[in-house]
Amino acid sequence: MNTALAYKSAYHEENMNPPEPCTPHLRLAESYPLEKIRADFPILQQIIHGKPLVYLDNAASTQKPRAIIDSIRKVYEEDYANVHRGVHTLSQRCTDLFERAREKVRAFLNAELDREIIFTRGTTEAINLVAYSFGRRYVGAGDEILISAMEHHSNIVPWQMLCETSGAVLKVAPMNRDGELLLDEFESLLSERTRLVAITHMSNALGTINPVQEIIDLAHARGIPVLLDGAQAAPHIKVDVRALDCDFYALSAHKLYGPSGVGVLYGKEKWLKAMPPYQGGGDMIRRVTFEKSEYNTLPYKFEAGTPNIADTIAFGAALDYVNAIGLEAIAAHEHWLLEYATERALEVPGLKLVGTAVRKGGILSFTLERIHPHDIGTLLDFQGIAIRAGHHCAMPVMDFFHVPATARASFGMYNTFEEVDALMEGLRETIKMFG
Amino acid sequence: MLDEIRDLYQEVVFDHNRNPRNFRVMEDANRKIEGFNPLCGDRITLYVKVSDAGVIEDLSFQGSGCAISTASASLMTEIVRGQTEQEAEHLFDVFHRITTGKNDEAINLEEIGKLAVLAGVRAYPARVKCATLAWHSLQAALKNEGEAISTE
Repeated sequence: MNTALAYKSAYHEENMNPPEPCTPHLRLAESYPLEKIRADFPILQQIIHGKPLVYLDNAASTQKPRAIIDSIRKVYEEDYANVHRGVHTLSQRCTDLFERAREKVRAFLNAELDREIIFTRGTTEAINLVAYSFGRRYVGAGDEILISAMEHHSNIVPWQMLCETSGAVLKVAPMNRDGELLLDEFESLLSERTRLVAITHMSNALGTINPVQEIIDLAHARGIPVLLDGAQAAPHIKVDVRALDCDFYALSAHKLYGPSGVGVLYGKEKWLKAMPPYQGGGDMIRRVTFEKSEYNTLPYKFEAGTPNIADTIAFGAALDYVNAIGLEAIAAHEHWLLEYATERALEVPGLKLVGTAVRKGGILSFTLERIHPHDIGTLLDFQGIAIRAGHHCAMPVMDFFHVPATARASFGMYNTFEEVDALMEGLRETIKMFG
Repeated sequence: MLDEIRDLYQEVVFDHNRNPRNFRVMEDANRKIEGFNPLCGDRITLYVKVSDAGVIEDLSFQGSGCAISTASASLMTEIVRGQTEQEAEHLFDVFHRITTGKNDEAINLEEIGKLAVLAGVRAYPARVKCATLAWHSLQAALKNEGEAISTE
């Protein structure tokens, strides 16, 4: 499939002129190996309800290229044993592979040290780890945690739990009707009692990309550390934790074309050293007696128990895969998809976009007049199109926009302009059915 | 595609979604309950008037939800009116069985009348709760559980 042609033909069929500027679209599309990428994802080559699958639920989870599936199989067929324990060959080999994955994550985030990379079950566990361990050490009664109005539940609830046990107060920085953070209001909420800012890098419900550098600079000017929820951003934006100077960064492998059940907490060494362990168990200790235990060094202090070995190694393979294409190239492709989709969506009668920030990642959240998002989701599914319908684990965002739910199409590296056309055609069919 | 859609969205469903019956506030209701489906964000407020003899004299609803949940609530208010609490309880049980596809062999479809149009949800587990929200709310209202109920 030639995407450049596809993009042109989409406009041709509509008998419209391509938008200005059209050249960058075509140039980018031509240099992007979309056909090859699609061939790497076995799951995409299937028929759903008689139509080719159009997978537009990437913000929930991405599909996996064959290299990742092969990586998992190889671990179990050739290399598997428990890590950090045995003296035997397999254990050593598997430990090396596991630690190599940590090094790949370090490089991906441009962190300074491997020991600043903690493996978790996902972004949720990474944030809970900070809420628990940082909270125990640094947060007390009357202190404040500052989040934003566009957070996912996993960057709200752990802080509420911390506030409940510590007597701290949760503060929420507001956003405007486009779904953009109000930076002035944010700044005015930074107080002497603020112990931590925890904010999303990119909103899963709205697509908004937050001005994280400004946020970090404002917080650091007052000596306040910042945690970024990077679950959505990491697959779409090149993250450099040292350039950002963020204190914590959390992400999930499964949204980055890797396996589910693996996540990462990056933390500056100075914080991780000072924080107490999150869970107790094997691997996180150096010496145990019944009187007292001595904790292991970083990163193992925060990795109690046997980790998700094979999936973590496969996550390393996923990062290799993403790096080989280039995150910038992926981001550019998704940007053109979003721009094209936004333009086409506004032609659909009764469609209202939810989340219209100037800086957005590849997420198109919307409602249709008189048709509930769940009906949209089901009717699109009948046409082979997978989107998400619901509150996107961001109920406060839904309340803010006075909608019970939205329909959300979200783009990944393998999506095509024809798939955007299929979505729009599917929406028109849906509207027709509902009459 | 069309046939599959029609299994789930029969014309009766579209009709009741477009023009829900008994979609109003009832000032003299003696039971009122809020139902909520957190997965979808469907919300329903159900009003019921039960006589001293245990007959459901009137019922109505308000709220917002998908076509399946709205049509289900609308159909329920039509069918249950005039029934005794026991009859409504029995119908809830029957409806639950046809929508989940469990132990429904012996069910006489004539007994449930128009409700049969919602049997299609059994093939869509994610949508079963849409169809049963109104019925769970009714059951709670009849038991006089004053608090909000949820399908979770």
